[in-house]
Amino acid sequence: MKISISKIIIFSFVIFFLFVFWRGLKINNNYDTRSLIGNQISKFKLTKLDNDNQYISEEDLKKNTYTLINFFASWCAPCKTEHKYLLNLSNKNKKIKIIGINFKDKKNNATNFLKELGNPYDFVGKDSDGKISILFGIYGIPESILVDSNLTVIKKVVGPIDQIQYDNILKLIQ
Amino acid sequence: MLSSIGISLVVLVLILSFLIIYTASLDLKTPEQIIKKNIYKLSLFQTTFTILSFFTLIIGFINSDFSLINVYENSHTNKPFFYKIAGTWGNHEGSLLLWINILVIFSYLFLVFSHVHGKKFRLYTLIFQNILILGFLFFLLLNSNPFNTIYPIPLEGLGLNPILQDPALAIHPPLLYVGFVGCSIYFSAAMASLLSGYSGKPFAKSIKTWVKISWCFQTLGIIVGSIWAYYELGWGGFWFWDPVENASLLPWFAITALMHSLIVLEKRNTLYSWVIILCLSTFILSVTGTFLVRSGILNSVHTFASDPSRGIYILLFLSFMIFSALIIFFLKHKKENYNFNLKSREIFILANNWFMVFFLVTVLIGMLYPIFLDVLTNAKISVGPPFFNIVIIPLVIPVMLLMAIGPKFGWIKSQNKILYKILFLILSAVMINLFIIYFFGKYSVLSNLIFIAAIFLILYSLLDFKKFINKKNKTELPRIISHLGFGLLVFFIGINHQFSLEEDFNLKIGEIKETKNYKINFEDMEIKESKNFKSVIGNFKLTNLENNFIQYLNPEIRIYSNPETLTYEAAIKTKITSDLYLTMSNVSRSDYYNIKFQNKPFMIWIWISALMIALGGFVRLILKNNEN
Repeated sequence: MKISISKIIIFSFVIFFLFVFWRGLKINNNYDTRSLIGNQISKFKLTKLDNDNQYISEEDLKKNTYTLINFFASWCAPCKTEHKYLLNLSNKNKKIKIIGINFKDKKNNATNFLKELGNPYDFVGKDSDGKISILFGIYGIPESILVDSNLTVIKKVVGPIDQIQYDNILKLIQ
Repeated sequence: MLSSIGISLVVLVLILSFLIIYTASLDLKTPEQIIKKNIYKLSLFQTTFTILSFFTLIIGFINSDFSLINVYENSHTNKPFFYKIAGTWGNHEGSLLLWINILVIFSYLFLVFSHVHGKKFRLYTLIFQNILILGFLFFLLLNSNPFNTIYPIPLEGLGLNPILQDPALAIHPPLLYVGFVGCSIYFSAAMASLLSGYSGKPFAKSIKTWVKISWCFQTLGIIVGSIWAYYELGWGGFWFWDPVENASLLPWFAITALMHSLIVLEKRNTLYSWVIILCLSTFILSVTGTFLVRSGILNSVHTFASDPSRGIYILLFLSFMIFSALIIFFLKHKKENYNFNLKSREIFILANNWFMVFFLVTVLIGMLYPIFLDVLTNAKISVGPPFFNIVIIPLVIPVMLLMAIGPKFGWIKSQNKILYKILFLILSAVMINLFIIYFFGKYSVLSNLIFIAAIFLILYSLLDFKKFINKKNKTELPRIISHLGFGLLVFFIGINHQFSLEEDFNLKIGEIKETKNYKINFEDMEIKESKNFKSVIGNFKLTNLENNFIQYLNPEIRIYSNPETLTYEAAIKTKITSDLYLTMSNVSRSDYYNIKFQNKPFMIWIWISALMIALGGFVRLILKNNEN
């Protein structure tokens, strides 16, 4: 085989692609629930749903003993099934603060959603393009992340919170 | 018991693969012109044993033999019989066994039906195909064995994901596998062609049936998947540019380009290297898609429970395939001189290929860019529908124009004077478009152009069809059906996109909601128990305010027991002119239900025209067989 520039370019392209795939396999572990537990959440800045000038960041979470970060949207049917557990949590337990992140949603729909079902959140932030949720390793909603005052993840729930997950969360924050 | 039978059969297939490679390599050196009988026999045994191993797994699923981990994880005793069988390929391990089955069956069929072609070429094809078979067999045995056992034997299984319990979805994977894995045979044939020097027209003849078969099945598989998404996912859409949908489009673009350029190779004996590249890349893209989906690098509705070790294996095998393909191609290919006249059919087919490659690259970039960015800079982004819509949709316009005009040109050089006809048809298309705007409403400039181009393609195809009826030139018929189908598809998607109505509101039992054209009365609700789920069924009375026509719609909320999941079944009333689509979901802690009501014009025509595209392919298959 004669070596020519075009061949070198093609081979380097292929090697580059395969290398990225290989690295991608490792990076992908971030999405795994198990490996996320014990890690610190990344820095973020979250704008309030109904006021563009107010926002919170990871620093604010340090004040709370426990924070549950819940990702929801008005178009997400399973989010409705978990809503009563969120309301119970916020009513019955003073140790835990709940932050809602409204995922790829319209502001009006989200406000109506909370008006209808009740608002369990101490702060509702918006993530209309889904970028902040990606920081948390979210790939579908509903999903919830429980962190302590050191910002360490102690639990992650993929899918709606049910009775078992609810009891688990209560046990963890005892 | 089943486990040991299954594993023994798979090991037998593995041994037979080695034997076939060995005997075929020996037979390469003999001077006789025909392939030895014992190679046929080995290949037949191999096919029999793989099919038997698949049946063994099916029996495991039918009998709910939970000693197999695979059955335990994906089935349940009270699942309907049909879905027990479909469960066999509704998971990673089982579908891999199906994958191997198709590799083996295609290998045997190619051997039997290619007897008019060169001996060396056929033997090399068999050898390469068996190397592929070996690769996937090792993967199955070492990493993803569907016959692994569990002890103690569980009493009950975990169940099949309810959204997969749908007739369309039961046949969607097998169709796609025939389509994607079917590409393997001309991957092997292309490698064999490079090594044996069996090129040009005869090579095109040897693979064209196989290209058509896999094209038909891929097209049909993609359409069925889309139909499933529309009826089952309950979002009212049918294409979401989801990473896995994209993964299925990549090989489809390549194979569509291949199917067209193969005609040039067969008729004009040119473009050989390009055809080889397409043959190789179609299967490589299929495996890349599989890698992306199964390794869990991409997350979507389709992702099977992911496992990084799986990814490493497929990636290694993929690298092996790509490097051997590249090296053999560079060693063996010869420079060709292309000399095409601008007014010839070849040029139009090449143009088709450029567009297909452009679409392929666009989708590939959209899919891979987030992964690249993540790996190289740690930033996480997602590429959504807007990107694909902006880049792809405008270019569908020239594609449709070329699809209409291209087939009018003859091979080599054409003197056809069709300018007036084109002008006349474009003018008619503009008129029809104005007519639609006048009666139904305005839309953007881009939409105008798309409608005009689509109508132009439809009119041209209809004229061709008229000509076909007069002359009965059979070879043109499949092309006319598929191209007409594509024109209609774009047209109806356009109409559907422009004139769909959507309403979102909350209702209590007994309440009435009036929209622009409909009165919706939520009359009552009932609860029904089925074999493996409980359903809450709403009773809605819909009155069309224009003609007082009354219809009843019954959306459901299903509560599946194993695994416990809620699904929302849309109530869909399909008519010739439009679909009424209603979903209901419960609003907890209140008596209200959230209702999504949509009126989607010409939905059924989207399916019909998409199916026409696939039908064209099947007609060509049948016609060709009759000629032979």
